[in-house]
Amino acid sequence: MGTLQNQPTEMPSTNAITSTAKAEVIRAEQLCRHYRMGETVIRAVDGVTLSVRAGEFVALLGSSGSGKSSVLNLIAGLDRPTSGSVIVQGRDLAKLSREELAHHRLRTVGMVFQSFNLIVSMSVIENVELPMRFAEIDRGKRDAMAREALARVGLQARMNHKPSELSGGEQQRAALARALINRPQLLLADEPTGNLDSHTGVEIMNLVREFNQHLGMTVVMVTHERALAERYAQRFIFLADGKLVGDEVNSSAAFKEATDRVGIEVERE
Amino acid sequence: MKLPDLTELAVRNLRESVLRNSLTTIGISVGVASLVAMLSLGIGLQQMASRRLMKSGLFDTVVVTSRRDLRNFGHEENGNAPPPGESKLLDEDARLEIEKLPNVTEVYPDIRFPTTLLYEDKPHLTMVAALPWSAKSTDAFETLQGQFFSNETAHEAVIQKAFAEELLGRTPKPGLDETNARELAGPLLGKELTLRYAQREAATAASNNTASNNGSASQDENLTSAAYSVVSRELKLKIVGVSDLDPESMRGPTRARVFVPLKLAENLHIMLPTDLREISAAAGDQAVYSSVSVRVQDPAKIRGIEDAIKKMGFNTFSILDATRSLQQFFAVLDLFLGIFGSLALAVASIGIVNTLVMAILERRREIGIMKAIGASDGDVKKLFFAEAGAMGILGGIVGVVLGWAIGQVINLGTNVYLKRQSLPPEHFWAVPVWLVGAAILFAFIVSLAAGLYPAGRAARLDPVQALRYE
Ligand SMILES: Nc1ncnc2c1ncn2[C@@H]1O[C@H](COP(=O)(O)OP(=O)(O)O)[C@@H](O)[C@H]1O
Ligand SMILES: [Mg+2]
Repeated sequence: MGTLQNQPTEMPSTNAITSTAKAEVIRAEQLCRHYRMGETVIRAVDGVTLSVRAGEFVALLGSSGSGKSSVLNLIAGLDRPTSGSVIVQGRDLAKLSREELAHHRLRTVGMVFQSFNLIVSMSVIENVELPMRFAEIDRGKRDAMAREALARVGLQARMNHKPSELSGGEQQRAALARALINRPQLLLADEPTGNLDSHTGVEIMNLVREFNQHLGMTVVMVTHERALAERYAQRFIFLADGKLVGDEVNSSAAFKEATDRVGIEVERE
Repeated sequence: MKLPDLTELAVRNLRESVLRNSLTTIGISVGVASLVAMLSLGIGLQQMASRRLMKSGLFDTVVVTSRRDLRNFGHEENGNAPPPGESKLLDEDARLEIEKLPNVTEVYPDIRFPTTLLYEDKPHLTMVAALPWSAKSTDAFETLQGQFFSNETAHEAVIQKAFAEELLGRTPKPGLDETNARELAGPLLGKELTLRYAQREAATAASNNTASNNGSASQDENLTSAAYSVVSRELKLKIVGVSDLDPESMRGPTRARVFVPLKLAENLHIMLPTDLREISAAAGDQAVYSSVSVRVQDPAKIRGIEDAIKKMGFNTFSILDATRSLQQFFAVLDLFLGIFGSLALAVASIGIVNTLVMAILERRREIGIMKAIGASDGDVKKLFFAEAGAMGILGGIVGVVLGWAIGQVINLGTNVYLKRQSLPPEHFWAVPVWLVGAAILFAFIVSLAAGLYPAGRAARLDPVQALRYE
């Protein structure tokens, strides 16, 4: 499953965008999402152009209201751009039908949110199985697959509990298991640790990194915590007032230290 | 999403707010129950009416006449028939032939004649008719005082109430309550009545006196014609029953007031008034009838049997057309009852709309989550339809049971009332299987229609807005 390759560790020195060695998974071109509020127009996303390649772990950084979530929702196919294009795995989401967008959300992306967004009336395992119902996967196979996903996030023991009976960290684990159940290429996380204490947040982030490195998922994570991004992301994209104001490779000591300690060799071109 | 998943999710959603959904479902049940109750009343009344008519023997009888007889029924249909002289004779052979037709239960000649009966040596002039054995089970003799004939050739008579009054020398006083049949039967049952009749005999056998088949017959007078002779005879009959109702009211002036068993009458070879017109035809030793009545198993088959008999060369008549207007009446009645019944269901369907719209507001976030993890508009729509449909089917089933129960209770109550009035019980409430199926299906369809708007609204919900909403 992993696409990890063993290569000598090397300090990145080139801008990731210029590299073409790896397939482009996400490409946004002059992406805009404007909200019309009576007379005024709110430019939540205003002409963003960016590119994310397969297997990357990208952090979307910016202050509150800068348009991070809006960008993420456009990539997720939850929302449509007002203008511009967002191409995910070769398909321009702006041109897809509602039905095709739903299929994109089902098969291509997995999402986790700050507020977990589990269905409160369902047990953990039912929540994890839910995307498989929409994907019309054989009823016989679902239980085993859900258990496997829960095992991966270490939540097997609590699978019959309702979300309200779980801690925040456990709920986010359940949400992560649900996000990867249909084996998507892309993991989109909107402030996944925003509601968690720092210790639990680290646990969740380690899981996200594991998905990125062992399952080869491309990760785009929204956060406003610079420290968190420095520790886990390979690249930072900065937003302010809906505009892209920076795109840089993570060269911080924290990132180097963290990756070295975990003993994982990060793929670089 | 597949059906098992849809149902599973729908049921769990319905259970999430049990009280509200139960109330909505009860609303549907009441609607269905009222529809079922109304329609089963209509159907029951219709069945009761046709049962009555069936018993009366009007609707399962075809009267067959020979085309030789110019005074037959339905002469307007005779346009292309062969001229009377060449058409077929309605004799015993023809009768047996008709009897062999499918769905024909009985073919019997129409024997009725005016004559004089002696009671306590006083003569009374009246019409006498022969009754087939099957008449025993008709409504007309349901309230008979005494009993029906003991066998098919018994020397017995059933008399009509009015004739009983005449025999006893009472005259019904107009404006006053009619005399009770029981009161009249008391002094008459078991008494003897002497029937005077004219016997037909083949001319060659006339001198040998073949009247030995009934010992009480006596020969008074001989009337001879070219083909047969007529002998005047007498027969003693025992009065066994007094009929309250007038079983022949529809026959108007030719209605009979004294009835004898058909087989007995046939054996007597009674000279009938119509025979005079048949002199030329009556040469053979076979009985020839001016008309025979054909009893049909199922009134629905009457049309086919009539056609078959017409093909044999006879004229037919039935009261089929009368049933058509009756059916029309009940169709209109059912329509009105159905509309009234549906009204409650329409109100209930508004309840479904309300419940589902509330559910959308409550489950806004949940719908947003489902869409975020890949549910399509269609999935969300189907889910709401499934919930509406489940409430519809459940409400339909409960409603049918409820409607049936209401019907049973009303039936029971009415019969208790009828019993107090010393009237026979009636079954005027019928819930046929098709109504059960149709009512549940109707509830299902109405519920789906009610789910149309909420499901569409839920499907169109913007997931970003729904997830933003805390
Ligand atoms: N539905 C909406 N209507 C109007 N304004 C909106 C809507 N959604 C988002 N916005 C605005 O767009 C801007 C960007 O929002 P968002 O992407 O949620 O920011 P972030 O996630 O970076 O905090 C904010 O100013 C917000 O108020
Ligand atoms: Mg946000």
